[in-house]
Amino acid sequence: MPRNTSFRSEPEPGRRCKTRHLWQAPAIGADRRQARPAGIQSLRSGPLSREAGLPPSVPTLKNDLVAEIAARALWIRRRSFQMVFEAQQGHPGGDFSAADILATLFFGVLRYDPSQPRDPGRDRFVMSKGHCTGAFYSVLAASGYFPETELATYMRPQSRLNGHPNRNYLPGVETNTGPLGHGLPVATGIAIAGQMDGADYRTFVLTGDGELQEGSNWEAALTAAHRKLERLSVVVDRNRLQQGARTEETASLDPLDEKWRAFGWHVEVVDGHDPAQLLAVLGADPRGRGKPLCVIANTIKGRGVSFMQDQVSWHHGVPNRQQFEQAMAELV
Amino acid sequence: MSALAERPAGRFDCRDSFAATIEALAEADPRIVTVVSDSVGSSKLNGFRTRFPERMVNVGIAEQTLVAVGAGLANGGKVPFVSAASCFITGRALEQVKADIAYSNVNVKLIGQSSGVAYGELGPTHHSIEDLAWLRLFNNMKLIVPADPWQTEQAIRAAAAHDGPVFVRVSRMPVPALERTDPHFEIGRAETLAEGSDATIIANGTMVHRALAAARILAEEGISARVVNMASVNPLDEAAIAAAAATGAIVTVEEHSMRGGLGGAVAEIVATTNPVPMRILGFPGFVPTGSAEWLMDHFGLTDSGIAEAVRQILVRKR
Repeated sequence: MPRNTSFRSEPEPGRRCKTRHLWQAPAIGADRRQARPAGIQSLRSGPLSREAGLPPSVPTLKNDLVAEIAARALWIRRRSFQMVFEAQQGHPGGDFSAADILATLFFGVLRYDPSQPRDPGRDRFVMSKGHCTGAFYSVLAASGYFPETELATYMRPQSRLNGHPNRNYLPGVETNTGPLGHGLPVATGIAIAGQMDGADYRTFVLTGDGELQEGSNWEAALTAAHRKLERLSVVVDRNRLQQGARTEETASLDPLDEKWRAFGWHVEVVDGHDPAQLLAVLGADPRGRGKPLCVIANTIKGRGVSFMQDQVSWHHGVPNRQQFEQAMAELV
Repeated sequence: MSALAERPAGRFDCRDSFAATIEALAEADPRIVTVVSDSVGSSKLNGFRTRFPERMVNVGIAEQTLVAVGAGLANGGKVPFVSAASCFITGRALEQVKADIAYSNVNVKLIGQSSGVAYGELGPTHHSIEDLAWLRLFNNMKLIVPADPWQTEQAIRAAAAHDGPVFVRVSRMPVPALERTDPHFEIGRAETLAEGSDATIIANGTMVHRALAAARILAEEGISARVVNMASVNPLDEAAIAAAAATGAIVTVEEHSMRGGLGGAVAEIVATTNPVPMRILGFPGFVPTGSAEWLMDHFGLTDSGIAEAVRQILVRKR
């Protein structure tokens, strides 16, 4: 059963995995009400949407779903930043650039049942940028994989919430990541298994952009295109900053869309902070595409907090109390 | 099914045994698939490809993706046998082996083909005498170094039956079929192929038949040397090592670096339980140009070389 019939041209038959609808999701905490944004328009009006180059036939979305995803993304930012503040460790810049992508996938695209995390028919999500566990664990908790209260144990001794995700500790984690360039090759194998079986599950990967400097991604890109893995999608969190500097000042990636096209992928470039755009490209029916999908999601590292946005120091910077309080005041 | 082609003088290529076994397993279990990196022929998987073309994934010359795709296939419910030259599937893809396979603890079987110095003259880039030292650090990965065609088949079957990561080191060096009174294979269990009380030779892989020949030489001199085939490097058969230590002297022999392999593994147990004199036979590091046979002769990994090591260690025996 499809998760979002409003995005798919038609329901896909035989999908076994139980659908988790938004309205079934657990409450995500008292601060959700505080966190709900005034309206989706404020997120859509950023500078990135102008260069997003969306295809003309964007389906009309239910505004309440888009607003709900935006609210979830805001909650992810707030919750993950609290985790980073309390642990005094983490990667908040990347948590914030990925928040809308994660919220869109988990609340608008993926089919999964958190009580059956190894259901063979589930859609797979592979978090290749494994350092951004603040956002990843937040979205897993909000999706019902484990209690939200457990987020308070982030990086504490014996916590399941290691700095990088471990599938043997935590449901919802498909493969252990942390070293970069590992997610796409593993996801390629998952998609091959599905293709062999004629299964209808989809496999999604979220990579950083600096991470694409790892050659293993391009090995896998060759194989995924060669095998026409249309049920495989990679989302590139294109925030243009890596740990030490801008990507384009380190080892240039542009023109990134042309690189993926040259490797045989179908490429979409969107505003990675606009759930409507993300939903349109990620929720589209992959059947007949004949190619894997690469979504280049233009984002801003540290998105949502004035003093963090587009600042390389916030790759793994951690806030003091004054910064934390200021950020929480802005993330509303 | 690939025939077990007999080599001259009753010698066998264990890759043939691997190929025959994987085809038989695949016939019975549709979950079994193979993953290769342009390594079909060198893995002797031509027969598998002919019979099960839809169940072979060839990623091209891309070992990182080779290993990672294995992890992904396991996620999708397959039982992948990932096969490539041992030097590349380990060294080139070591972080994938660590993170995607071992640390993720997934049901993937890695087959390191043509291990040791089998590629002889091609040189140290193509030798795989570091693989056991690297992989031994991954505590949850089973490591098996079979000694002959029968044990290769047993190792592949045991790997398929075990739910978790396994590495099987398959040699292309011609070896004889070993004689066994009580054939039995179990991961973590060593087999004693010759009884003895003066010293114990612990060997695996291509060195086992040489160790047996060394014991025969020594027997003529009145020296009683036990020969233990320690195919399972992880986990180790600690009881067999304790019994070896009880003979008072141990010589280990492996087609591997003398650093960190079988010898190192045995020494860790011996040194911390019942220290006795040990000799570790293997290669000292990067080796000069030469055929595999020449290299083994040169570094004393021969019947007479192993026998001499036992004589020497008996002098040090308390």
